[in-house]
Amino acid sequence: MSMQDELKSAVRAALADCDCVIGWGPGPEVLRRSPLFARQEADADLFRADFQAVNNPALFLPEYKGRKVGVVVKGCDARSVGQLVNEGLIRREEVHVIGFPCDGVIDVGKVAARLEGLCEPGEVTSLREEAGAVVLTHPGGELKLEKNDVRADKCGRCRFPNALDADLFIGAPMEPSTGEDPYDDLKALESRPYEERMAFWEREMSRCIRCYACRNACPLCVCRDQCVAVSRDPHWLTQSDGVRDKLFFQIIHASHLAGRCTGCGECERACPVGIPVLLLKRALSRRVEDLFAYRAGIDEGRPPLLTFSLDEPAIKERHW
Amino acid sequence: MSVLAGKELRIVGFLCNWCSYGGADTAGVGRFTQPTDLRIVRVPCSGRINPLFIMKALVNGADGVLVSGCHPRDCHYAEGNYYARRRLEVLKGLLPVLGIDPRRFEYTWVSASEGQRWQHVVESFTGQIHALGPSRRLPAAPELEALLSRAM
Repeated sequence: MSMQDELKSAVRAALADCDCVIGWGPGPEVLRRSPLFARQEADADLFRADFQAVNNPALFLPEYKGRKVGVVVKGCDARSVGQLVNEGLIRREEVHVIGFPCDGVIDVGKVAARLEGLCEPGEVTSLREEAGAVVLTHPGGELKLEKNDVRADKCGRCRFPNALDADLFIGAPMEPSTGEDPYDDLKALESRPYEERMAFWEREMSRCIRCYACRNACPLCVCRDQCVAVSRDPHWLTQSDGVRDKLFFQIIHASHLAGRCTGCGECERACPVGIPVLLLKRALSRRVEDLFAYRAGIDEGRPPLLTFSLDEPAIKERHW
Repeated sequence: MSVLAGKELRIVGFLCNWCSYGGADTAGVGRFTQPTDLRIVRVPCSGRINPLFIMKALVNGADGVLVSGCHPRDCHYAEGNYYARRRLEVLKGLLPVLGIDPRRFEYTWVSASEGQRWQHVVESFTGQIHALGPSRRLPAAPELEALLSRAM
């Protein structure tokens, strides 16, 4: 039985005691899958778990707290589930986790760049996977793209392609492609002087349209309608269109995710103008790991900013 | 001396009510001379300080931010400063990525009796900020800036 057939039968089986099963199904375009919510057995046939399983289905889990749901997860999605469980935002026993080996996911932006001059991304009529490559059919013929060229950046540094904690794992576990996260992206920014770094953010954030897609796509942004970005009391952000407010929202998002962000990269993927907003979160994740040896979604125990110890061995306080 | 004269910089201090604010008061009562760049915001506890207070100050043009609370084990609320210590230490990791010199932000502990220590902290932090010079301000709302420049 192929992995996709195994997935369908796993979904069907899960529907017996779950309100719904969340995964990926057909989207508005060939290149774009949509999250799929299966409530009856017939829906199970629409499920796919492959190179196009882009969205993070853990996003929807907090809404279902109190009901049993199934969820199909990649390695990164599973870390989001783990962090939500760790923070008590969902209950582990209410989630039926179905894992599969993830070979990375497609970055539609990179594909669109390769399609330049051939056709619009929406005109692609089919996509099939071959060993290490994807073949797109477009009105003018076929285009073969190496997966390595069109994979999302986050997948290149993924150390946990398989769900760490799954109730059911289908297929053979995937070998991680890398060992330690080298933080090359952060190091590149940090090799420049402070003024250039701020100029970098000023330039990047000037494109921001304040759509808050980054927030809405974040599985750990659980405040929803209570978000301080839209609150009038306290009034953290004005309605003006200056870079300062735009950047300050990213600071809010990053600081609210300090020690919680699992690095799933949904914020950056959802950004319609391609701002590298994940960088700020990665800076804080690295900081938290250095100080408290805690990796969100991987390590158990209380998140480090929700607790303390009397003597902090890793904190070197300034002596005046 | 006005801030606009350029000789004084904008430094925002967040001080806990029970120790550091008392320490600053002790320094004042003892007539210890201090630089006048620091503007103090009194908060109930260093644990009350949302790291966003600091970021808001820095992004909106403060040249430096100083946080001071009770010494560890001396918190009026027993454990507020332990949470603060973790948060502020994590925050220090965000500043360099944003292009803000991390030396523009410091935190420390000063008790209500340590007037002299308070003087020393203010002097050394103000000196540190003056060595860095004024910070680069991000443009706020363009239309507001225009209005402001006309008003001045």
